[in-house]
Amino acid sequence: MSSADAFDPAGRSGDYHAAGLRRDQWRERLGLAGLAAPALILVIVTMLVPVGWLFGLSFLDDNGALSLEHYKRMLAEPSYGRTFRTTFEISFVTTLICVLLGYPLAYFLSQLPRRAANLCMIAVLLPFWTSLLVRTYAWLVLLQRSGLVNTWGMKLGLWSEPLQLVHNMGGTLIGMVHIMLPFMVLPLYGTMRAIDGNLLRAAASLGSTPIHGFWTVFFPLSLPGLAAGSALVFVLCLGFYVTPAMLGGGKVTMVSNRIANDIELFFNWGAASALGVVLLVITLVVLVLAARLSRGTGLFGTGH
Amino acid sequence: MDWLDRPASDTQISHRSRLWLYVLGALVLAFLAIPTLIVIPMSFSQSQYLEFPPREWSLRWYEAYFSSSSWMAATATSFKAGFCTALLATPMGTLAAYGLHVSRLRFTGLAILILLTPTIVPVILVGIGLFYAYVQLKMVNSFLGIVLAHTMLAVPIVMLIVGSALKSFDLDQERVARSLGATRTQAFMQVTAPQISFALVTSAVLSFLTSFDEVVVALFVSGGDNATLTRMMFLALRDQIDPTIAAISTIMIVMTSLLLAVSQFVGNREP
Amino acid sequence: MRLADDHRRPRDAAASTAASATALPIAVRRLSKAYGAVPVLDEIDLDVRPGEFLTLLGPSGSGKTTLLMAIAGFLRPDQGSIRFGEREVVRLAPHKREIGMVFQNYALFPHMDVARNVGFPLRLRRVPAAETARRVEAALEMFQLGGYGSRCIDQLSGGQRQRVALARAIVFEPRIILMDEPLSALDKQLRERMQIELRQLHERLGTTTVYVTHDQREALTMSDRVAILDQGRIARIDTPRAIYDDPGSRFVAEFIGESSFLDVTIADGVARAGGVAIRASSLPARQGRCTMVLRPERLHLLAPDEGEGMNCFDARVTGAVYQGDTLLLQAALGDGSPVSLRVTTRGGEGPPPAPGTPVRIGIAVSDTVLLPDEARGAK
Repeated sequence: MSSADAFDPAGRSGDYHAAGLRRDQWRERLGLAGLAAPALILVIVTMLVPVGWLFGLSFLDDNGALSLEHYKRMLAEPSYGRTFRTTFEISFVTTLICVLLGYPLAYFLSQLPRRAANLCMIAVLLPFWTSLLVRTYAWLVLLQRSGLVNTWGMKLGLWSEPLQLVHNMGGTLIGMVHIMLPFMVLPLYGTMRAIDGNLLRAAASLGSTPIHGFWTVFFPLSLPGLAAGSALVFVLCLGFYVTPAMLGGGKVTMVSNRIANDIELFFNWGAASALGVVLLVITLVVLVLAARLSRGTGLFGTGH
Repeated sequence: MDWLDRPASDTQISHRSRLWLYVLGALVLAFLAIPTLIVIPMSFSQSQYLEFPPREWSLRWYEAYFSSSSWMAATATSFKAGFCTALLATPMGTLAAYGLHVSRLRFTGLAILILLTPTIVPVILVGIGLFYAYVQLKMVNSFLGIVLAHTMLAVPIVMLIVGSALKSFDLDQERVARSLGATRTQAFMQVTAPQISFALVTSAVLSFLTSFDEVVVALFVSGGDNATLTRMMFLALRDQIDPTIAAISTIMIVMTSLLLAVSQFVGNREP
Repeated sequence: MRLADDHRRPRDAAASTAASATALPIAVRRLSKAYGAVPVLDEIDLDVRPGEFLTLLGPSGSGKTTLLMAIAGFLRPDQGSIRFGEREVVRLAPHKREIGMVFQNYALFPHMDVARNVGFPLRLRRVPAAETARRVEAALEMFQLGGYGSRCIDQLSGGQRQRVALARAIVFEPRIILMDEPLSALDKQLRERMQIELRQLHERLGTTTVYVTHDQREALTMSDRVAILDQGRIARIDTPRAIYDDPGSRFVAEFIGESSFLDVTIADGVARAGGVAIRASSLPARQGRCTMVLRPERLHLLAPDEGEGMNCFDARVTGAVYQGDTLLLQAALGDGSPVSLRVTTRGGEGPPPAPGTPVRIGIAVSDTVLLPDEARGAK
């Protein structure tokens, strides 16, 4: 054919560069994936190694021998049961209140025109980005005996004696709802905005009343966002430390408070690490369940 | 008030029948916003009980803050740690997001999962785990220790933000740039990075804030000379409701709002 | 379907020599790529002559874009050799291949204005600023965009963006240009105008060009040669005229032009189709079956006395579609086989024949093309 054939297209090894091309492919892919190496190394060393360490610690007794005594103690002593009950109660109640307050708010925002919605979102985003410490402190100040809520409550004649609103379960719940509400509203809002307006118009044209249309069309389609928000809030509540510590007055001990106490006060690494492992396992289970459920509702909501 | 009877939606629901929703929405928004902001005016009250509205206005709590060497030292530490975190986490997370987005190996799913673990693992475990590790390495209360920990916490955030910006970015532009003679690095720096600059700026700001606001890990891992501001605040609050904290909180709220406002207006958003 | 050869003047000798002095040939040998078990490119051999405008044509999934991407360097084949002139490039990174490329969605950089877009390749090659500005303006003027340098990309129309993309692709004088369906995002009128412009650009620059499209009309309009791809292999490569007149296989015939097909049976050297005996310039075999290609514009409505030198069929009209400049008439032959033919409308003719009207349809014996069945071989 052409004189170009004089230059051996088959390459030196006669395989038409197949081996060389394969090497090039691997080199390029690894090089690109290797860009993630610094981040991976950091996370593995600072997160997985210490947590893995703790994991191992939980299976050692005080003499360094392998044992399940920390876990057995957890099952035996009733105080652990109380701690877990408190944790689950608070997490559950907080999530519930967030759903009851957050769903209407998200719905309200999703029905506003874009500009008004973005403006109102500032009221959601500002607390979201404000330090959690600052917000918890704000509730501390508001709910104390001489705080704003008590002062105005008495001024308005709602009650005569200052109520104990903080350093107890009630105060903790109020604080946690305030912290967690944006985590519920933001995913819900995103999902609701993405719902195709044509679907509701179609329902109306087919004879559905607005309320019927809401419950049969809009609500099911908003479920994935609701599931995501609820799972997020619940899991965050499980591991929460700062708010119960500050607003609970020592009376509200969630799992993470217990872990911190075990370390700081009792230097009981074994007990703390065992608790930590259990907390981590529960967190993972909840996340996996939520992922499965949301996949299910996602399918149900979008494509029967 | 006849706008109440006008339709609020295509399905012809009037505003009046939705009034309850508007009221409820407004109440919840108020619930969210007011406690966040109310500390600001209260921090100017003369009384130790932080009144609203303040009967007498005073700057005493600000004076207490600025004149205290321990508060100032802690603030300096927090700022330094925040800047270092942003400086480290943003490039690390961006490179990771880019590399994993483009390479498409089978293990990238696993890598992404590993890089997201700091958001899944309860932060108390991270705190005590690192405390344990640092004790072995004699790194407790070291500046490096706190920066490493905060960077680890910030990297997933950067990855998520930059990753989602990359997903909606047309990588054909990089291909064109390479066909015109640019290496992969040149194509990224001259074509891609300028166009995801909004995501990059937001990631940097959020990395800073993640470090600055972080409490739990700092409790265990920072201390002594390298105590962070949040650590000092938390410990002060466990004993009593120190009104100086109100002044510090106000400053933090203003700083956060400014940073976020600035980051919204800087940088390119892809259309 | 009209092949307008008039806008494709043969290049004058002086321009040809100048062009072919710098244009590079492309030689592809045994190029293969598979995703898992599915071969996307199957041992492709291809030669593109220096300065030639070659179009890769085929349905989706045929491998045409894959082949182009492999030539550009964005796709690494499993094996094969790709040479530009005497240089082996198959393992070379894309930014070293010195090709100009135009993508379907233009891929202009939105954060740069027109001048910075077009000047991008020159800046990469460290061309001094003054010369860059000069060459950018010259390139823009070539596309009637002189003075547009400071415009933002989002201020430009689709056609203007396409021309900026072209200007950027040629400003650094590459010796090979690759285009991946660059006109498919444009509306019909603009597309046809750009086809002519691209062809004229090619004649002016004389650069070797490989063009990908799925639109056979576009391929036939613009190319020196067309390569038809089917499932990773080149089914046919030849000039547009040759392919149109003699498709060589049913696949190619189905892809190029709109045709009807008739089954033909041959017995003892006599061919029968549509119920009548037919004559053709050549028979593929003395026995067996084959396919007759009926191009709508080669079929004619015959008056009772016409038909000399033609194969004639009696048919009944089944429908008529008015298409502005032509009338597409659908009819059924004696044995029921459906055919379509195109009749130029002349105005003042009255309504088209009603369904059921008997008509006589003829095709010149010289236009009668018989294709062997199942043939899909490369040519």
